[in-house]
Amino acid sequence: MNNPILRTENLKAFYVLDMAGKQKVAKAVNEVDLEIRENEVYGIAGESGCGKTTLLKAIFGAFDPPLRLIDGHIFYYVNELGVDVTTLNAEEKRKLRMTYISYVPQGSMSVLNPVIKVKGTYQDFIGSHVRGNTRKDAFELARQHIIELGLPRNILDTYPHQLSGGMRQRVTIALAALLGPRIMIADEPTTALDVVVQRGVIQLLMSIQQKLKNTIILVTHDMGVHANIADRIAIMYAGKIVEEATTTKIFGSPAHPYTRFLIDSLPRFGDKTQRGSVPGNPPSLTDLPSGCPFHPRCPHTFEPCKEQMPDYTQLDADHKVACWLVA
Amino acid sequence: MDKLLEVEQLTKVFSLGSILSKVKITATDSVTFYIKPAEIFALAGESGCGKTTAAKMILGFETPTSGVITHSGKKEAIKGKAWITGGIQAIFQDPFATFNPLRVVDRYFFENVRNFKLARGKAAAIELIDRKLRLVGLSYEEFAGKYPSEFSGGQLQRISIARALLTDPKLLIADEPVSMVDASLRMSIVNLFKKLRDEVGVSVLYITHDLATAYYISDRIAVMFRGNIVEMGTVEQVLMNPQHPYTQLLRESIPEADPARRWSSTVTLSELEHEEYLRRGCKFAGRCPNVMDICKTVIPEDIIVEDTLVKCHLYSGG
Repeated sequence: MNNPILRTENLKAFYVLDMAGKQKVAKAVNEVDLEIRENEVYGIAGESGCGKTTLLKAIFGAFDPPLRLIDGHIFYYVNELGVDVTTLNAEEKRKLRMTYISYVPQGSMSVLNPVIKVKGTYQDFIGSHVRGNTRKDAFELARQHIIELGLPRNILDTYPHQLSGGMRQRVTIALAALLGPRIMIADEPTTALDVVVQRGVIQLLMSIQQKLKNTIILVTHDMGVHANIADRIAIMYAGKIVEEATTTKIFGSPAHPYTRFLIDSLPRFGDKTQRGSVPGNPPSLTDLPSGCPFHPRCPHTFEPCKEQMPDYTQLDADHKVACWLVA
Repeated sequence: MDKLLEVEQLTKVFSLGSILSKVKITATDSVTFYIKPAEIFALAGESGCGKTTAAKMILGFETPTSGVITHSGKKEAIKGKAWITGGIQAIFQDPFATFNPLRVVDRYFFENVRNFKLARGKAAAIELIDRKLRLVGLSYEEFAGKYPSEFSGGQLQRISIARALLTDPKLLIADEPVSMVDASLRMSIVNLFKKLRDEVGVSVLYITHDLATAYYISDRIAVMFRGNIVEMGTVEQVLMNPQHPYTQLLRESIPEADPARRWSSTVTLSELEHEEYLRRGCKFAGRCPNVMDICKTVIPEDIIVEDTLVKCHLYSGG
């Protein structure tokens, strides 16, 4: 087993909104304990609105109001020394960003500045994160990097609107990998892309991971993508991690009823039998059900589910689940 | 054979650029297909392959450059607004964009009832609306007086299907109806189309890039690439035994929810979309693993291979 590279401890990050004197709290990340290891692809899956993106923001240390860190710690293992991100100031966090941890945000196809060429974006980026670089050096570094990743050389001289969505996505991923970060966070990198382009983007992510031997935290709701590249998967529901295991175990022997629904709802080729989706609707994070938040939608609900959130049960060395059925 | 909708040689050419540098892009090139009553017909392909343009022409939002659309035996092409007849209704991709966020959702329903003179009096209208909502698993009580923001994406999409059903259409045109809906709720929408086909006898033109759901619900499928239908036949044949190299590539690129079957090969992606559109021969020639000299200059014919239509030179020799 590899060493940990990132750990969260009882992490709570809520959106706190003041609406006409009344406080509204959305519990987007609620008591999350994660341990992500070196050189692995860690997948996070769940429905939209379950807190996946907020968890990534929290891991990245980006607490912009109304998002607030309520409780808990986030540790980065920079040179085997645990650094608590929650105690760092803005400047210290900035130094870690892009060199230690980088973030490919959702919809990153539209993050490139439309009025400057791709090379301009690269130069700005290098200028603000690498010391003592002239613009010429920066351009050379960018060119080298693009060629290494197998992207067309002429893209540095194009404007973002001249590139297709898949190409823009790959440029953004390449940019995030420029300084060889130990951790790359990718938020829905392939959503809204066509299947063939999606495959190209995932290939790029994988080739970067193999070259840098770093960790990729991949968030997507597409279980097919997770099955294809993740080493371990966490299933998130209503701000909590309800199950975590290796990819083979998540797909081979899912323990949480929610995980089972997610996997069973996927249509497969050569199988036209009736498939259902998860019953009901996702809960609102501002008004969570009591006990286990999944209980109103769960077909196996019994007494304790309504009263208390179950603790994790360790089914295996690499498989934990929070459900009363196995507790 | 009974055909509900027939599309023959449908072509749409868009001109891009200024007068000096005009580029003509053929968004759909002689597209021909038909839909039978009570059938789900999938039109699949990547973005920019012309599937939405085809749907817009059927709905009368775009005027075809050439070609004929026949609906229930009546030639309705080029007159436009064919959809007003109520025989065809549309469901769009983004349920949040379908409804005005500042308007109560039920007003759309009452407006439809009034415009199409579907019921007399409020009680009859409510009765009709409730009946259609129950078809999609909702009811009038849980929906009356609510704004779009009070529903989840899956619910809103079901509401827009109920709205489309008000006029008792024979054909629903669903343009990427599940791509904005969460994966966990997707099947509830897809199952609904199946149920409508089996119980009400509605045909669906299911436009999608998701081949897995297309396989799951459709009877027949046409795969489009850069304006051409490259392969058409029953889903079993086209998706389980694809003949055209493009369909093979699409089929292979779908990530399967099985960690034991990961991708081993790599793909090449197209560099620029419009270059592929402007290709002289087969549009796929630039990326095809089986490319021959003839592919680069001559547009392939439609060839029938085991009851499936394939547009590829590989099959023209024999």
